[in-house]
Amino acid sequence: MEKTVNHKAWFLVLPVLVLVAFSAVIPLMTVVNYSVQDTFGNNVFFWAGLEWFQQVLASPRIHDALMRQILFSAIILAIEVPLGIFVALNMPKRGFWASLCLVLMALPLLIPWNVVGTIWQIFGRVDIGLLGHTLAKLGISYNYTANAFDAWVTVIVMDVWHWTSLVALLAYAGLQSIPDAYYQAAKIDQASRWKVFRYIELPKMQGVLLIAILLRFMDSFMIYTEPFVVTGGGPGNATTFLSIDLVKMAIGQFDLGPAAAFSIMYFLVILLISWVFYTVMTNLDKREGI
Amino acid sequence: MTDTAFAPTAAAPRRRALPRVKGSAVVMALYLLFLMLPIYWLVNMSLKTNTEITSTFTLWPRNLTFANYVTILTDPSWYMGYVNSLIYVVMNTAISITVALPAAYAFSRYTFLGDKHLFFWLLTNRMAPPAVFALPFFQLYSSVGLFDTHIAVALAHCLFNVPLAVWILEGFMRGVPKEIDETAYIDGYSFPRFFVKIFMPLIASGIGVAAFFCFMFSWVELLLSRTLTSVNAKPIAATMTRTVSASGMDWGVLAAAGVLTIIPGALVIYFVRNYIAKGFALGRV
Repeated sequence: MEKTVNHKAWFLVLPVLVLVAFSAVIPLMTVVNYSVQDTFGNNVFFWAGLEWFQQVLASPRIHDALMRQILFSAIILAIEVPLGIFVALNMPKRGFWASLCLVLMALPLLIPWNVVGTIWQIFGRVDIGLLGHTLAKLGISYNYTANAFDAWVTVIVMDVWHWTSLVALLAYAGLQSIPDAYYQAAKIDQASRWKVFRYIELPKMQGVLLIAILLRFMDSFMIYTEPFVVTGGGPGNATTFLSIDLVKMAIGQFDLGPAAAFSIMYFLVILLISWVFYTVMTNLDKREGI
Repeated sequence: MTDTAFAPTAAAPRRRALPRVKGSAVVMALYLLFLMLPIYWLVNMSLKTNTEITSTFTLWPRNLTFANYVTILTDPSWYMGYVNSLIYVVMNTAISITVALPAAYAFSRYTFLGDKHLFFWLLTNRMAPPAVFALPFFQLYSSVGLFDTHIAVALAHCLFNVPLAVWILEGFMRGVPKEIDETAYIDGYSFPRFFVKIFMPLIASGIGVAAFFCFMFSWVELLLSRTLTSVNAKPIAATMTRTVSASGMDWGVLAAAGVLTIIPGALVIYFVRNYIAKGFALGRV
């Protein structure tokens, strides 16, 4: 759509600007402030320069948390994206069953994150949970509170349970927009199922899949509540991801300087990915416009 | 182009297609089973007594009881959690939609100085990790005396909900042709009257979807709401995590509390089922 140039439109945007500035810029300035200052208490601060940043960058604790975070995001993307596409391809196209699938699949997306944690905390327990009890009956030793590997498996399965539907719903929306003529042309050419997927469905889903991957990456990169409820970051530090570590540092130990420096670097990473996201979105819009 | 044109060639693939349909039904059944089992288990536990939960392992409740729900609905320390959550969630949704409507209109209709930068900046706030903001929010709201009030949590959640609402509403508004606006102005409508009388009914479904997602994202958030409250505005999510850390766990009540938090989403899910992908993708699908 051709847009008119109108600088008075600023007045319409002003309330949003004021509100978001209040809830984003002021807190962020506090963080910047803390990241370059040190204190001996009594609210007396002095300039610390880049000391905190150097300390954070050299800290093995944060390196470990970052490695765990990247590994976690990589694993869940590797599982959720193919699985989501697979589910979307198998969903009914219309009618009652399509509605039923949509409703049931959306249900996990709308459960409060701490309840997702609670559900899996209960589900995985050997004494009272269906999953833990079944595994124990099968003779598999499984204990997510004591064994790091089991804790990882639980957190990953939980995330797959929670978010695969999002990828599937987005892919499904992409599939629905493919005109029938494409499939008919493929039928005339006697294209195999795989070729239909590779040369028709996948290219047509490209846009929504990019959105899905970026959203899943962002949200997994700042995951906090679900693993916090299930494992509390343990056993040891095995499932302490970036956000959990940051909250421990800032609110648990009140290490303001390092926590603030950490926050800023965290935020810069997010900013970078947001920019990629924005570019992808605007390019998609342009392509649609043609 | 009709199907009959393909009748001779279509017969063979259709016979082969039949088992594939069954295959997809099996896949969907397995996937939905995987999704539903943990939820079923929660509901199952919420209907059992604690002795049944801990002493025997039963696939469905043998002594069906609603005592856990009664506990929650009669004990103020439990049900006030729901009331508090609902208060700040509704406040947040109302604030977000109100400020986002004109802004989304501006973004969808006009170019102005810095519009693209502003739109991007909003997105970064939707994507910002709450963990970064937890401590500064705590200090900000403590210093202005709003700590442990509903409005503090409502304002804090505006951080990600206002950008979300702007993006979703913009996605819906761009689908409305601009000629409608121009015709209305020629007919002598003022901007506010046009917006409320003509434009808002046109994007009613968009407003509904945006409100639903604001409600949902505020409802599911734990970290900020827990950090900003202690007693008076303590949300249900925080009430639940504190029970988890206590020894001598009351599993039945915990499960019942969990089931009750799922209900608001489950109630409206049917009406928004076709917009869920669009909402999560910020109006871009």
